[in-house]
Amino acid sequence: MKNNSINDFGVIRFRWWIILSTLVLVLSAASGARFLGFSTDYRVFFSEDNPQLVAFETLQNTYTKNDNVMFAVEPKDGKVFTPQTLAIVEELTQASWKIPYSLRVDSITNFQYTWSEGDDLVVQDLIENAESFTQEQLKKVQAVALAEPLLRNRLITQKSDITGINVTINLPHKSISETPEVVAFVRDMQEKFEKKYPSIKIYLTGVVFMDNAFNEAGEGDMKSLVPVMYSIVLIIMALTLRTFWGTFVTVLIMAFSILTGMGLAGWSGILLTPISANAPTIILTLAVADSIHILVTFFYEMRHGKSKYEAIQETLRVNHQPVFITSVTTAIGFLSLNFSDSPPFRDLGNIVAMGVMAAYVYSVLFLPAMLSILPVRVKAGSTSQNGFIDALGDWVIHNRKSLFWGMMSLIIILASQIPRIEIDEKFNEYFDTRYQFRVDNDYVEKHLTGFESIEYSLKAGESGGISNPEYLKKVDAFAEWYRQQPGVMYVSTLTDTMKRLNKNMHGDDESYYRLPDERDLSAQYLLLYELSLPFGLDLNNQINIDKSSTRFTAILESVSTQSALDLEDSAQEWLRNNAPPGMASHGASPLIMFSHIAMRNIDSMMTGTLLALLLISAILAGVLKSFKLGLISTIPNLVPVFMTFGIWAVFVGHIGLAVSVVAPVALGIIVDDTVHFLSKYRRARQELGKTPEEAVRYSFHTVGTALFLTSVILVCGFFVLTFSGFQMNVHLGLMTTIAILCALVADFLFLPTLLMRSSNPVPLREAELKI
Amino acid sequence: MKFIITLFTSLLLFAGLAFAETPEEKGLAIAKEDDKRDNGFEDFTANLVMLLKNRQGEESARNIRNKTLEVEGDGDKSISIFDRPRDVKGTALLNFTHKVGTDDQWLFLPALKRVKRISSANKSGSFMGSEFAYEDVTSQEVEKYSYKWIRDEDYEGQKCFVFERYPVYKNSGYTRQVVWLDQKDYKILKIEFYDRKNAQLKTLKQSKFKQYLDKYWFPEEMHMKNHQTGKSTLLTWTNYKFKNGLKDKDFNKNSLKRAR
Repeated sequence: MKNNSINDFGVIRFRWWIILSTLVLVLSAASGARFLGFSTDYRVFFSEDNPQLVAFETLQNTYTKNDNVMFAVEPKDGKVFTPQTLAIVEELTQASWKIPYSLRVDSITNFQYTWSEGDDLVVQDLIENAESFTQEQLKKVQAVALAEPLLRNRLITQKSDITGINVTINLPHKSISETPEVVAFVRDMQEKFEKKYPSIKIYLTGVVFMDNAFNEAGEGDMKSLVPVMYSIVLIIMALTLRTFWGTFVTVLIMAFSILTGMGLAGWSGILLTPISANAPTIILTLAVADSIHILVTFFYEMRHGKSKYEAIQETLRVNHQPVFITSVTTAIGFLSLNFSDSPPFRDLGNIVAMGVMAAYVYSVLFLPAMLSILPVRVKAGSTSQNGFIDALGDWVIHNRKSLFWGMMSLIIILASQIPRIEIDEKFNEYFDTRYQFRVDNDYVEKHLTGFESIEYSLKAGESGGISNPEYLKKVDAFAEWYRQQPGVMYVSTLTDTMKRLNKNMHGDDESYYRLPDERDLSAQYLLLYELSLPFGLDLNNQINIDKSSTRFTAILESVSTQSALDLEDSAQEWLRNNAPPGMASHGASPLIMFSHIAMRNIDSMMTGTLLALLLISAILAGVLKSFKLGLISTIPNLVPVFMTFGIWAVFVGHIGLAVSVVAPVALGIIVDDTVHFLSKYRRARQELGKTPEEAVRYSFHTVGTALFLTSVILVCGFFVLTFSGFQMNVHLGLMTTIAILCALVADFLFLPTLLMRSSNPVPLREAELKI
Repeated sequence: MKFIITLFTSLLLFAGLAFAETPEEKGLAIAKEDDKRDNGFEDFTANLVMLLKNRQGEESARNIRNKTLEVEGDGDKSISIFDRPRDVKGTALLNFTHKVGTDDQWLFLPALKRVKRISSANKSGSFMGSEFAYEDVTSQEVEKYSYKWIRDEDYEGQKCFVFERYPVYKNSGYTRQVVWLDQKDYKILKIEFYDRKNAQLKTLKQSKFKQYLDKYWFPEEMHMKNHQTGKSTLLTWTNYKFKNGLKDKDFNKNSLKRAR
């Protein structure tokens, strides 16, 4: 009896206690899930001290926020300037002031049109009571709108076939229900207007809708992908293990691990994002691997005539250590995501690490305890399925030389492709067309105006300095330069307003459509203009309170992150060469933030990966009690990472934010194969005194099937992520899938040849004694 | 007999209705009383500093001198002369408020040496980039709002009427304002402003009241906080002088040019 309790950790004796306490543990952890919510703010992708986020927040705090909702109104007859359509735009503009958290509404109808009449400066809505407009009036307002740099290519197209209403939204960010509240309100408006006026179609875009798409993507993935994954795992288990109760307990363990991981996430106050919402799928995939290893051995022992209790004891004896090690190494891989600059990835890493460790505990305690009370049976004489794997092992041993060199060349060729990878992605393509946001945004971008922007806070260097003619000229030249850059659709700058005012002040004489020559004149024009503006349409969104800096906004068509950074680089160069030193400021916007973060993340993840690799190799060396095996283990651990990025370089070519975190994640998972293979190899060499060839054969025989099976399940698990509508998840899933396949190839075809080359042909125990 | 009882009851009911004040009537009565107490100062001059703050913590000041003339039967006339920022020094704003209809405004631009009339029906925007809208700083005539008394309550130790007022002006940025008016001296202590979507936009707190001419209570500090943008503005009034003998002719386009 004493022997029993050592071998099985008292699992059989305390089985009821184990089952009970597992249930209590799961329930208390899972109750934290009630605190879980989906983040509805794209800013969660950035840490609080991210320099680009800080720059953007500073800009927004200096002026106003610029989160927005954009309506694009398309009349079906293709003519915006008709009394009917303009009246609808007027009504929609009015109604938009009622949108929750709205700060400002801009449209062609409420555009503040200025003109002079004798000594009067007239400031009024460009379009009011359009219903009664004559043809002449329509022509006139159309001409004004199309000539206005503040409207053209932003709120009205050159062809006048579609018009925009831009609503600035100022979310207090106190509750995660703010974004859905705005979205629901705006969609309701859209529905009502389209119903009331069948002559128009309304498209919706803007930062608020993007925020909401992040929220929908996370929730959607969790609802659709997790059940798919569950079914796939069930089918594979049913087909391979052919055991009802084994499958049943595995399903329980998967559920418990997910509940524990997600529940603890809830307790620790993590907000879910489309990235961290992958945690259940990944935990499920990883948890099942532990169970499989244990079940495969258990049924193997039972088939070979052992009693249930004996089989449990033997299973635990053989598997406890590898399962523990693989769980720890996987957890290390995921924990190294904490090096990421982007909090959602840290959350993902931490949730999965908690889930994986929970899966380990449940697999070595709850699983055997359940097996001991369930009526598990195996059909007598059912044959082992190792035929194929054994044959593979023999083939590898026979062809080891050509395999070694063949694999070496393949690895080198693939690795040599890695430098071709470019860090580049399109922000716009994060969401695929199953999201209305993407569909509408694509349409608006093609037909009206861009979604992306780069903003600058251009400093004049002194209080009131924005009226300085020198400053205004520089800003104007910067705008001119910007408008000529590829991909730039629209530039908003105060200088256009200044020119217009100067013209108005000189009896609307076109030749005065230029910047005023004197500083006090500009300042006084501005004062006059400011005193004439209506509620919500003041200049506070483009001039700071001290009148020492102005906001400069460029709207871009959908550009890749790399071209955004290139554009910003050239802008910086222009400012360096042409503007006074104090004026230069870095561009800030969500686009710039997302463009930088991939780069920053890759740097930080390199450190993370390296550290994880060192830690994992050290653990392996310690566990295998061999420095040499620890060192050798780094090769099959790293090789799949190189192969994966090589394959990616050939077939995809560019990587973004999500892919930058694949390396440590993949490392943590693929290392499991190496652990299982090496631990069996070492056992064969040291305990059983086998030669390298025999040890390889033994490893294939004992662990090959389980490795193959777990790899299939892991591949399925991560491949399911590629069905996500969120591109980061697609890439994360696809790349990890490739990595797992490469790991299987490396562990079956390369590691054995390496072991046989580097080991003494004599049994290891004697070899080590000689040293 | 039955007829008489019915008649008597109806009469009683009618009387009750006639004498009981509705909240709207009470609100209007309060506003009228407030207006009455403010009448008769004839004219005053004062200096004014506006201190603007944004969410980023930046500050900026504007200095203005103000002359106001009380007009019988209509809104006040006023001239504001801007001393700071430097670039707008000498710029002067002439303002005729009206009980009904749009106010008239002229601005003298020294750099252009001309007076320009501000022809905008829609002057509810920010005043000089501050959190005060033009409609907050212009003279508050009874006719500009409709009223509704809400309750009486103590505010900072003073017994107050709390009433709502609803702008008549169609381009107003507000749906309603909630006013705390102290019952003893009719000082407006606090106003909450609700925007077009009826969300709280701003809060005005007035403090350091002083009594002038043994009658008129004027605050030295008016603090406006915008809850949506996080910006705020502090108005500080100093050097109030009453009954300076200002005349109508001091408030026209010509006098505007001379105002320094």
